[in-house]
Amino acid sequence: MSADLNIILPEILLSVFAMLALLVGVYTGKDRTAPALTWITAGVMALIGLWMALTGEGTNAAFGGMFLDDAFARFAKVTLLLSGAVVLVMGQEYMERRNILRFEYPVLVALSAVGMMMMVSAGDLIALYMGLELQSLALYVVASLRRDSVRSTEAGLKYFVLGALSSGLLLYGSSLVYGFAGTTLFSGIVAAAGEGQTALGLLFGIVFMLAGLAFKVSAVPFHMWTPDVYEGAPTPITAFFATAPKVAAMGLFARVMHDAFGGLVADWQQIVALLSVLSMFLGAIAAIGQTNIKRLMAYSSIAHMGYALIGLAAGTEQGVGAMLTYMAIYVTMNVGTFAFILSMQREGEPVTDISALNLYAKQDPARALAMLVLLFSLAGVPPMMGFFAKLGVWQAGIAADLVWLVALSAVASAIGAYYYLRIVFFMYFGQEGVQIDTARSPLLWGLLMGSAAVMVLGIVNLFGIDGIAQAAAASLVN
Amino acid sequence: MSNLLSITTFLPAIAALILAVFLRGDDPAGQRNAKWVALIATSLTFLISLFILAGFNSADTGFQFVEERDWLMGLKYKMGIDGISVLFVMLTTFMMPLTIAASWGVKTRVKEYMIAFLLLETLMLGVFMALDMVLFYLFFEAGLIPMFLIIGIWGGQNRIYASFKFFLYTFLGSVLMLVAMVAMYADAGTTDIPTLLAHDFGSETFSILGVQIIGGMQTVLFLAFFASFAVKMPMWPVHTWLPDAHVQAPTAGSVVLAAILLKMGGYGFLRFSLPMFPVGSDVMTPLVLWMSAIAIVYTSLVALVQEDMKKLIAYSSVAHMGYVTMGIFAANQQGIDGAIFQMISHGFISGALFLCVGVIYDRMHTRDIEAYGGLVNKMPAYALIFMLFTMANVGLPGTSGFIGEFLTLMGIFQVNTWVALVATSGVIFSAAYALWLYRRVVMGDLIKESLKSITDMTSRERWIFAPLVAMTLLLGVYPSLVTDVIGPSVEALIADHTTALAAADRLGDAQMATAASH
Repeated sequence: MSADLNIILPEILLSVFAMLALLVGVYTGKDRTAPALTWITAGVMALIGLWMALTGEGTNAAFGGMFLDDAFARFAKVTLLLSGAVVLVMGQEYMERRNILRFEYPVLVALSAVGMMMMVSAGDLIALYMGLELQSLALYVVASLRRDSVRSTEAGLKYFVLGALSSGLLLYGSSLVYGFAGTTLFSGIVAAAGEGQTALGLLFGIVFMLAGLAFKVSAVPFHMWTPDVYEGAPTPITAFFATAPKVAAMGLFARVMHDAFGGLVADWQQIVALLSVLSMFLGAIAAIGQTNIKRLMAYSSIAHMGYALIGLAAGTEQGVGAMLTYMAIYVTMNVGTFAFILSMQREGEPVTDISALNLYAKQDPARALAMLVLLFSLAGVPPMMGFFAKLGVWQAGIAADLVWLVALSAVASAIGAYYYLRIVFFMYFGQEGVQIDTARSPLLWGLLMGSAAVMVLGIVNLFGIDGIAQAAAASLVN
Repeated sequence: MSNLLSITTFLPAIAALILAVFLRGDDPAGQRNAKWVALIATSLTFLISLFILAGFNSADTGFQFVEERDWLMGLKYKMGIDGISVLFVMLTTFMMPLTIAASWGVKTRVKEYMIAFLLLETLMLGVFMALDMVLFYLFFEAGLIPMFLIIGIWGGQNRIYASFKFFLYTFLGSVLMLVAMVAMYADAGTTDIPTLLAHDFGSETFSILGVQIIGGMQTVLFLAFFASFAVKMPMWPVHTWLPDAHVQAPTAGSVVLAAILLKMGGYGFLRFSLPMFPVGSDVMTPLVLWMSAIAIVYTSLVALVQEDMKKLIAYSSVAHMGYVTMGIFAANQQGIDGAIFQMISHGFISGALFLCVGVIYDRMHTRDIEAYGGLVNKMPAYALIFMLFTMANVGLPGTSGFIGEFLTLMGIFQVNTWVALVATSGVIFSAAYALWLYRRVVMGDLIKESLKSITDMTSRERWIFAPLVAMTLLLGVYPSLVTDVIGPSVEALIADHTTALAAADRLGDAQMATAASH
């Protein structure tokens, strides 16, 4: 028992911290402590992430296989904890200035992080559902944090109703899988699926579970909530949605597909491939008409999930490794991009209209250049790191004989390049017009520049993440 | 000097970095400094590249000056040159100082302008030197970013449309090439170009969705590469981005585009398509040859009716690139020698022609042919230089333009007489549009009021043209300067090509006879 507790110590620590923070918040009189609490929460998350990155090793199972701590889970956890921590401090100033920084915010983020850590470590259908719901419930609340704004509450409600529906689908799928496999343990399901003819009910269960998971990664056709939630939620929260939960959901997706249904790759591969194609094309085409940069980033994230899904559709160790690399690079790009979006304002009011960036390059060449690098990286143009992310998943796709999928994704990436270029167009070629003034925040400036520098310098050796990701994938796929 | 190639390639990028970090202010002094830094850096690059040429052994058909280091994801940072690429490297380093000098009159955002051009030089040199497929792609594709900005920021009226069209057209072609590269990596297990050149990609016929693909995987890979190189080249019917880009780009941008960027397509055909997919190339040769022939005739006719000087020269570039693809896919010594020669010579000639347009555009701020006439009365020196390059463009013997056209036509005549016949008519058309342009702009009486006060070329402008004039005439009378350097490598390329086709049992009788005589 104590060995089991040792294995889930990071989750326990973060949960206990969240409870304590909640108590502190309640007893010290509301929101005065919120800024400090935000920084402390971010610090704790970052510390736990670093601790896991430095000390974790081997594969450990706790509670009879319900909770798995392996290299794959650690890679996903470190990525999501660090990105979550960064996004948390990134939005602190923005939210404080607009009076929406409540002490519940860091607490909820910490709780959702616990949920995400459970998700990527789940070794059992029940554990999976627990983690997923903990994460989702926290996020529903966070989305509607701006209580007096119609957009924000609408975003939260939409997210909640659709999220509940997808949880229902997932649960229904799980119950079918349980019914036909006779166990909720992933290891048991894999064994049951491997025997003889695959039961039709099991396949049905997989399809329903896939639908639920696709909702969480916002893959088409389960993406409807994404643009509205991204637009409606306050920008720091949008930044959070675009980063850590995406990593967790992709991690969970890979975990379920390989740990529970690893023997049925041929059965789910085509579904994942289809999700991937649809996401890439919808993300690329629907973003073209957007004028709001937050909505645009929503479609961009849908498209990026499509590319990451190529790695999953490959159904191989290489594919999972490429997917993890993709997610790590994607998260880094998004942190920088949102640091830029957070600093867009006019007379203190946030601006999200793309055309407000008219000739921004003249006003602030350094920031514009950093944003240019990030946008080309998002579009997958070399020599930026975003290109190597795409190259990795394409290699995995071709190695798995998914040439058609890779070819289509190439076309989608060319279409998608257009809307990133459009932002460059406004920043560099636009007309003289009303300018935006940028929030003078050294933190946001540093994150933007840092993220852009990472995208450029990654050309040297990708900071070694591809090797770590492959090792992590090896622990998942066997 | 074991890393001469890297030094040459990255010297401009370092200069760009110095400009970006240390140069402050957009006052006249700052602008002057930016121009001088760029000019010195590009000139220095040219001087260093002369060492490459001096140390290059043209008898050796392998790769020389090879540098190799481990890079990420199992890829290699590998650079090297052979007889096919060395002259493109020289062409690039030679043209860049001239384009910088031609941009002396730029007034807006001078620092950024120079940074863009310096980065562009690094990327272009990288394309010609890369010996790793992904490294090649990286340079090839990254060059789009500075060019996109050059057209978009410093371009003409309709620059937005042109820059987007330029970027998206070439990007779409290139990503398909990248997919093919990934597939090649999966097949051969390496991205090393010398190894891939020796690798035999499958050529068994298979069918996709009921359609028989003759040449199998090679044909599919060829088509994917073709999508990229044909756009870059550009070949009819995917050439339409070029006139827009040329017209809207600033003068120096047009020069770089015509003189160097267009050569990447031809270089790609020679480095990848022909040697790596011999069967695929052979299957697609008739299509490519007829596309080239149509390009030559059609774009020459289109050039005849242009109102805008830059557009006219742009269409003439497309026609001249038609000779290049025709020569390459004739796949014999004359054809490929001629194609490379044509690319080098077109680099000088079209670059010079765009500079010629730039000279009068700087004075009158219009490119309409209608707005000019009788310039010879006020600008005798200009008229002389413009005439020389017009004649070179037409392919007058004694200029480098003649050698390229003649060799490619000779090459194609041995392979396909009908294509040769159609293509040769292009020579006449090119004389028609070029001479007519010259007559309308330069000859006649100077009757337009606005032209009365026009001045002849300044000494800066004359000095820019001097090296171009020298090269055009020198190569015109002494073509072995080029053919001696490229000859052995081209011969080896053709020998490999013929062997591969013989192995795949795809040789015609005539080729059999040539192969037997080797």
